[in-house]
Amino acid sequence: MNFPDLSEILRQFALDGLLGAIGMWLAIGVAGLTAPRSLGFIAKLLFPLGALVSLLAGFVALGSLGQPAQTAVLLIGLPDMPFHLRLDSLAAVFVLLLGFTSAGISVFAAGYFRQGEGTAPGLLCLQYHLFLASMLLVLLADDAYAFMVAWEAMALSSFFLVTTNHQHEEIRRAGYLYLLIAHVGAIAILLCFGVMAGGTGDYTFDAMRALPHTSFWASAAFLLALFGFGAKAGIVPMHVWLPEAHPAAPSPVSAMMSGVMLKTAVYGLLRVGFDLLHSSLGAATWWWGVVALAMGLTTALFGVLFATVQSDMKRLLAYSSIENIGLIFVAIGLAFIFHAYSMAVLAALAMTAVLYHCLSHAGFKSLLFLCTGSVLHATKERSLGKLGGLIGPMPWVAWLALIGVLASTGLPPLSGFVSEWLLLQSFLFSPGLPHPWLNMLVPIAAAVVALVAAMAGFAMVKFYGIIFLGQMREDALKDAHDAGPWEKAGLIWLAALGLLLGVLPASIIGHIDAATRELLGTGLADTMREHGWWMLAPISPERASYAPLVFLAVIASSVLLGRWLVRTLYHGRVRRTAAWDCGYFFQGPRAQDTAEGFSQPIRRIFEPMFRMQRHFPTARDVEPYYSVKVEDHFWYWLYLPVARSVDGVAKLIARLQGGRIAIYLMYSFLTLIILLLVARP
Amino acid sequence: MISVSGLLEQIFAIGLALLLAPLLSGWVNQCRCWLQNRSAPPLLQQFFMLHKLFHKDVVLASNASSLFRAAPFIVFGCMVLAAAIVPSLSTDLPFAPAADTIALVGVFGLARIFISLAAMDIGTAFGSLGGRREMLVGFLAEPALLMVTFTVAMIAQSTSLATIVETLGRGPLVIYPSLAFAGIAFTFVSLAENARVPVDNPATHLELTMIHEAMILEYSGRHLALIEWAASLKLYAYSCLGLALFFPWGIPGGDDMLGLMAAIPLLLIKLAIGGATLALIETLLAKMRIFRAPEFLGTAFLLAVLGLLVRLLLEMKA
Repeated sequence: MNFPDLSEILRQFALDGLLGAIGMWLAIGVAGLTAPRSLGFIAKLLFPLGALVSLLAGFVALGSLGQPAQTAVLLIGLPDMPFHLRLDSLAAVFVLLLGFTSAGISVFAAGYFRQGEGTAPGLLCLQYHLFLASMLLVLLADDAYAFMVAWEAMALSSFFLVTTNHQHEEIRRAGYLYLLIAHVGAIAILLCFGVMAGGTGDYTFDAMRALPHTSFWASAAFLLALFGFGAKAGIVPMHVWLPEAHPAAPSPVSAMMSGVMLKTAVYGLLRVGFDLLHSSLGAATWWWGVVALAMGLTTALFGVLFATVQSDMKRLLAYSSIENIGLIFVAIGLAFIFHAYSMAVLAALAMTAVLYHCLSHAGFKSLLFLCTGSVLHATKERSLGKLGGLIGPMPWVAWLALIGVLASTGLPPLSGFVSEWLLLQSFLFSPGLPHPWLNMLVPIAAAVVALVAAMAGFAMVKFYGIIFLGQMREDALKDAHDAGPWEKAGLIWLAALGLLLGVLPASIIGHIDAATRELLGTGLADTMREHGWWMLAPISPERASYAPLVFLAVIASSVLLGRWLVRTLYHGRVRRTAAWDCGYFFQGPRAQDTAEGFSQPIRRIFEPMFRMQRHFPTARDVEPYYSVKVEDHFWYWLYLPVARSVDGVAKLIARLQGGRIAIYLMYSFLTLIILLLVARP
Repeated sequence: MISVSGLLEQIFAIGLALLLAPLLSGWVNQCRCWLQNRSAPPLLQQFFMLHKLFHKDVVLASNASSLFRAAPFIVFGCMVLAAAIVPSLSTDLPFAPAADTIALVGVFGLARIFISLAAMDIGTAFGSLGGRREMLVGFLAEPALLMVTFTVAMIAQSTSLATIVETLGRGPLVIYPSLAFAGIAFTFVSLAENARVPVDNPATHLELTMIHEAMILEYSGRHLALIEWAASLKLYAYSCLGLALFFPWGIPGGDDMLGLMAAIPLLLIKLAIGGATLALIETLLAKMRIFRAPEFLGTAFLLAVLGLLVRLLLEMKA
């Protein structure tokens, strides 16, 4: 069989192929249960098999981009409510993301899970693959019923994965918080679907698309979707579960949640806002975009500020995910605004930024979370204050993590820069909006985005410098070992994705453009194709262009040429000795910055943003120490009051339960009388 | 696509930048000495120093990692790229479309990340102090620089540096009030980014004052030479960027070698005036405390945003 035939077949049966992937994952999960304690069978056979299925799903999605949508009806579910499924280009982009990212994560997981760490490997294998299958089903669902079933399966399977090490109190607490907020969000999504079905009783997405909505109900549906999907994505103030759940989960699970699961929420918002409600989009709905933009900006700024002051490496990454989700919501907001004023090219630019940032964040954030997993296994330490100097014993992890760090700071020529560039470009060409206030708001928003991008650099230098560079802060770190072959393979795959997304933006946008065209009616690919595959010029090269390959080539050639010239013209001699440090003799690892010390300037400049408890040493202390605890204002301003009032109301209701049968009989009697009064004909 | 003659001209421009950059640093030092009534080192002092450093052995700390050894080369490469994409002699060089102003800011950011990481690599108190302060200055200066370029980009309707120079330099002379705000902000930012007074002092090794010097304390030999060369290239690239954004007159558009040659004298004059102004600013101002730096750069950021608003609200009404 030659290659074009195969791709044609893949294309024709894309949806069936993806259904097959769901089935395979479920089968792999169940197979894990047959030998729940056999680590060799599960880790070395089932997880790589799952990765292979992921990879295939990714390629199937890649092939189906730009093809006509495929639909299917599955006869499972309730008797007269079968599952409707549909694969269009928007879903395909996110299936692509899911497939390629989870392939790397599963390969890593094959080397990561060990015996005797919480849940038995077999059960873990079931939960993990159930999680994958439910995420894929969320992306394929074409009616509210299937969507909600998949959404709940996703929430529950990830809850069990988060609480893998459930013997620890704080992990159970994190899991509870996650489950709670996931369900508050799910209720909002359910209500949103209810509003969009409009009392017809037909919950297929096709019916919702066709139904005309009044502007009030359309806006209500949009706001409910923004709240519900925002809770899943970690939008402020529904973000509190993220920095608790991500560190609690095992690293491959954190990678999957941060890299892939958060994107299903972005997918949901795009599906509802641009697809199901598309008939309601118009000049009157510009404020939808402003709401999303404002929420995104707050989230991004909040996330990056808190990321800089964390001293736990996984919490730092969790806050950085909040920041990135914020940036994605900013771009979604812009796309809404431009679309409302029918500025098609700019809307397409913003939408491309959304999709591209989803892809690049999935790659680099999973990579970074997996790297923390390797560090955790090598050192048993999560706290930045006890790490340091790991580039020596763990060069592979360190250099691969550097790729993730550079991508996540949004620096050229890696993947994060492309999406940031697209986002800033769409800000820059916004003048011309017919609304004067909006015109003024947009540059200020651009300034905030620039600030966020620059502060992400601070957070990431802290993350990388304190874990991998400097002197080891503890003696035990000398025994650290580099990642095993499976772990390395997973990391290399994700790092390669980051590089590819950074270096070939024009070709990749050429592929994902189908989704933009599907949502907005216009895309960027046609104008870009004129300028060649090596140059990213979304509007025209005179206005803006970026050619990462030239970029990389110039830097690489001047590095190599410089090195060669210096060695031939002069010499390459090196002498090793103790560090100079201005001649100071007593150098120790404790003279370096701690995690708290490194972020001290941020705490000082943005003091009102944090709730800080500090203890300063005094001259009379026998054992002087300094400590600082940085907490979130929202926890005290919003969550604890709500929790207290819920508690209070529950106590009031509990008074109904007197425990005496006479009182219960009286309740029944009163109810009967009231019903008789109310239900009179 | 890229032609051979275009590539040659690009290489010529890069070579010129590599030569002019240490000269510019030497010129600033000379001017500063004269202004402070000291006898000045020769103009070629930077070259003598580079030559000396390249000859010396590299003395590495025993725990220095591969990243520490790679960083000087990468920083140098970034600055070569920056000097290649800022239009100094012509607006029609082949690398110009490779990166626009946003990507240029990204190149500076990349170099900054590498030098800060290298500073943290040895694990001395000075190194991590320098790295932290550099990132602090960086995250305040970078958005301000972006806002400055945005203001100019909105006037030219393009982020491409070549188009900006062509619009501003060849079009009819229009006075843009927004450019005044942007110009002041740019001056602030370039003082901070090039480790100059009042944010940093290139001439001291005093613990409380240093940022850039603290980061490169552990470097020696060819590594130090490359970092010093990269620092002068950065000053050169910033100067050329300032000239391109605010004094874009006299940069030819053609891509023939003759036109390039003809543009050199004007560039030299502009750079000489710019360098002397820098020396004057450095002589008149005092170094400020590190925690005044956020206020200084915050002012720059606000001015840049004001420039953008002026552009949007006042100049675009018509």
